[in-house]
Amino acid sequence: MVAQPKPTLEAVEEQLLPGAGFLLHEAASKEIFTAERFSDEHKAFYKTAVDFVEKQVVPRHKDIEHKVDGVMPDLLRKAGELGFHMVDIPEAFGGLGLDKTTTCLVSEALARQGSFSVAIGAHNGIGMLPLVFFGSDELKKEWLPKFADASVIGAYALTEPGSGSDALAAKTTAVLSEDGKHWVLNGSKMWITNGHIADVFTVFAKIDGKKFSAFLVPAKTPGLSIGREEPKMGIRGSSTTALSFDNVKVPKENLLGEEGKGHKIAFNILNMGRLRLGVAVMGGCKMILSVATKYAKERKQFGQSLSEFRIIQQKLADMAVATYCGESTSYRTTGSVDAATAKAKDSPNLAQKLVDAIEEYNIEASIMKVSGSEALDYIADEAVQIHGGYGYSEEYAVECAYRDSRINRIFEGTNEINRMLIPGTILKRAMKGQLDIMPVTQEIQESLHRAASPVPQQGTGPLAEEQQLAELVRKATVYTLGTAAMKLMTELEKEQEQLTMLADMIIDAYTIDTVVRRAMQAQNETNEKAAALHRLFAKVAAVEIYDRAMARARRIVVELFPDADQYTRFMELKRLHLDVTAPVVVLKRQIAEAVIEADGYPLSYV
Amino acid sequence: MKILVTVKRVTDYERKVKISPDGLSLVTEGMNFVPNPFDEIAVEEALRLQKAHGGEVVVISIGHKDASKEIRQALAMGADRGIHVIAEELDPDAVARLLMKIVEEEKPELVIMGKQATDDDANQAGQLLAGYLGWPQATFASKVEGLDSEAEKAQTPGVVIAGGEATVIREIDGGLETLKLKLPAIVTTDLRLNHPRFASLPGIMKAKKKPIKEVPVASFGVDITPKVRNVKYAEPPARKAGVKVADVAELVNKLKTEAKVI
Repeated sequence: MVAQPKPTLEAVEEQLLPGAGFLLHEAASKEIFTAERFSDEHKAFYKTAVDFVEKQVVPRHKDIEHKVDGVMPDLLRKAGELGFHMVDIPEAFGGLGLDKTTTCLVSEALARQGSFSVAIGAHNGIGMLPLVFFGSDELKKEWLPKFADASVIGAYALTEPGSGSDALAAKTTAVLSEDGKHWVLNGSKMWITNGHIADVFTVFAKIDGKKFSAFLVPAKTPGLSIGREEPKMGIRGSSTTALSFDNVKVPKENLLGEEGKGHKIAFNILNMGRLRLGVAVMGGCKMILSVATKYAKERKQFGQSLSEFRIIQQKLADMAVATYCGESTSYRTTGSVDAATAKAKDSPNLAQKLVDAIEEYNIEASIMKVSGSEALDYIADEAVQIHGGYGYSEEYAVECAYRDSRINRIFEGTNEINRMLIPGTILKRAMKGQLDIMPVTQEIQESLHRAASPVPQQGTGPLAEEQQLAELVRKATVYTLGTAAMKLMTELEKEQEQLTMLADMIIDAYTIDTVVRRAMQAQNETNEKAAALHRLFAKVAAVEIYDRAMARARRIVVELFPDADQYTRFMELKRLHLDVTAPVVVLKRQIAEAVIEADGYPLSYV
Repeated sequence: MKILVTVKRVTDYERKVKISPDGLSLVTEGMNFVPNPFDEIAVEEALRLQKAHGGEVVVISIGHKDASKEIRQALAMGADRGIHVIAEELDPDAVARLLMKIVEEEKPELVIMGKQATDDDANQAGQLLAGYLGWPQATFASKVEGLDSEAEKAQTPGVVIAGGEATVIREIDGGLETLKLKLPAIVTTDLRLNHPRFASLPGIMKAKKKPIKEVPVASFGVDITPKVRNVKYAEPPARKAGVKVADVAELVNKLKTEAKVI
């Protein structure tokens, strides 16, 4: 069945690229981490999480959605009994100290119930990680065991009525009391997940109105009042409230990290949150695809099942391809973070190394967040469409899934903010000399003026054409990004429309690189049936990505070079043209067949 | 008290099985495998008895080399160690005779097995093992209080051990029967005995370090030539669509003339 022993994380470690490094090297040429390389423990963790959510969480769906008193804390405690909150707690503090792939794999499994997924993420993700990464040993010793069994529930309070995306403009203040023993907090917070059920909040406030910092604030502290439940479009079972602070006194020792370094905490926790969200939405995608597929098989119109209509088959195939893309980029990225920290596993500096690695791959995390949340929205939308009128009824699961999905494009940094960050961070690193975008752009430009093909097809393997397409997309992306940066220099920052298109090109470049490489690796690491599916997914994704990437590159050139250079740029881009002959429609029918046979996403981890 | 539990690796019961073109076997490529659900109940019961009486829980699987995964899962639930007899597909008689050898060596006071495996539903290995050993047996063990009871919520074992005897409630046609067995004995589990626990994440980590002894089937000197031969696999016949009848008279008529049941 398996042709050879599976490569481990070490194979990835040896060829590990730095953050955004996929733009600088031949596409699909480096070993990456994939779902096919999960360890037996990874799979066992995932199975426990799936069993738990299906047997304990999903059956209480109605109670959760109606916020029946005590249901969510009870489920969080049950999750604690199985060790889910211990994954990110270091062993020294009674946790399991597992890798980020495990964190994300568990999140993916638990995402089958949207409200629960958000509540547990606020507890053991953004609520607990500031303490894990930045808390003093005393604070960790006191609080982490309580987070582990959920005897204390956590929450993260960053956003304020006046500051959402512009988080550092927070107005909440902290002043040291006269006796120097307490911080006194004043201000208000907005959209705080777990507001009503939390026992302790990570609160961001400015010391003396200036130094942005983070504090651990117990919910029962006098002066802290918790607002009413916000009635929401989706994830209705999760608690969301405002908080207000009226001379709230917390012990001096409850400062997390250093005074004035709160932005580091906020941004790193958001980076980690994006990584986790990017994977969690994949759990949603798979769940919804399964519901839609089963419905399409059962529902008959014009004397046949919906799943026999090709227009429905195409939808199912598109949903599966989007899931494959998201799953591939997700676990490649968690694998990169794990590989980057593998050697530091027993180091006393592990927390810092983890923060550094998560920052190193923050571009990839933004990519996962944006493309994953949009894949989920798209899949939820099509699932409603497949259900027709029934999809609009509360009686059917897709109605709730559709509403629940929408928040993912908003929280953990809106997709707009993340799209600005993707090219923005790359260019910042290029300016600092950390990323060789400019020399590589010049190399590519030169290659476009030579007689030989800038991207000849390599070999005749089953994925040779896809590898070629991935390399064309990579070159087109770097070419467009680099050329735009050279022309506009720092003015590019203002061109948000161009930056959005560039972000989409970079997202596509990472995705095509990843899916083609994953499919290549899978040829030796799975059975023939699965290997054939990987080929199908990679082919369809590669062709569609190539087509839209080239269209975007042309559009950016039109917008940025309205002058004499335009013709030269067009001619250069034309050298990256390839007549793609793959019959995508036929390939999608084959994918749909596999989806229908498997009652959903046709690849499984276990 | 030492308890031996068996865990068989079976095809995932949620997936549709396919028959090979020659009709002689099932297609296993690309198939998911899981522990036999009845065996998970057996593991759970053993762990509860261990909690009440102390001792050791040993998990045995006889089968494919990848069945170490199913043993590992039982260890993650809390069992202490595993024995993995690596073998091709065997019939229940061969399994029972191999188990007899292991029982003679391990000398447990209780053997708990699933009443049957969900792949071939043979329901024979437990009874055969009891016969070969000359031990008392209680098949189809159940919980008299039911699975929604307080007793189940408190994770109380259904099998009661006291004074060198096991008291077992078993399901029989139209009711329940209570048996008292002298230990050592064989118990096979039915669906309504308990809710098996999940393997916790710390449990999964601990299981990595628990020993699994691998034993090649040949080392037992047991003749494993099958006594049962698979002649043919076939899909169950497709059910015919029902018909609507207009009134009682038509129904009675059809029952008489077509179904010929009245």
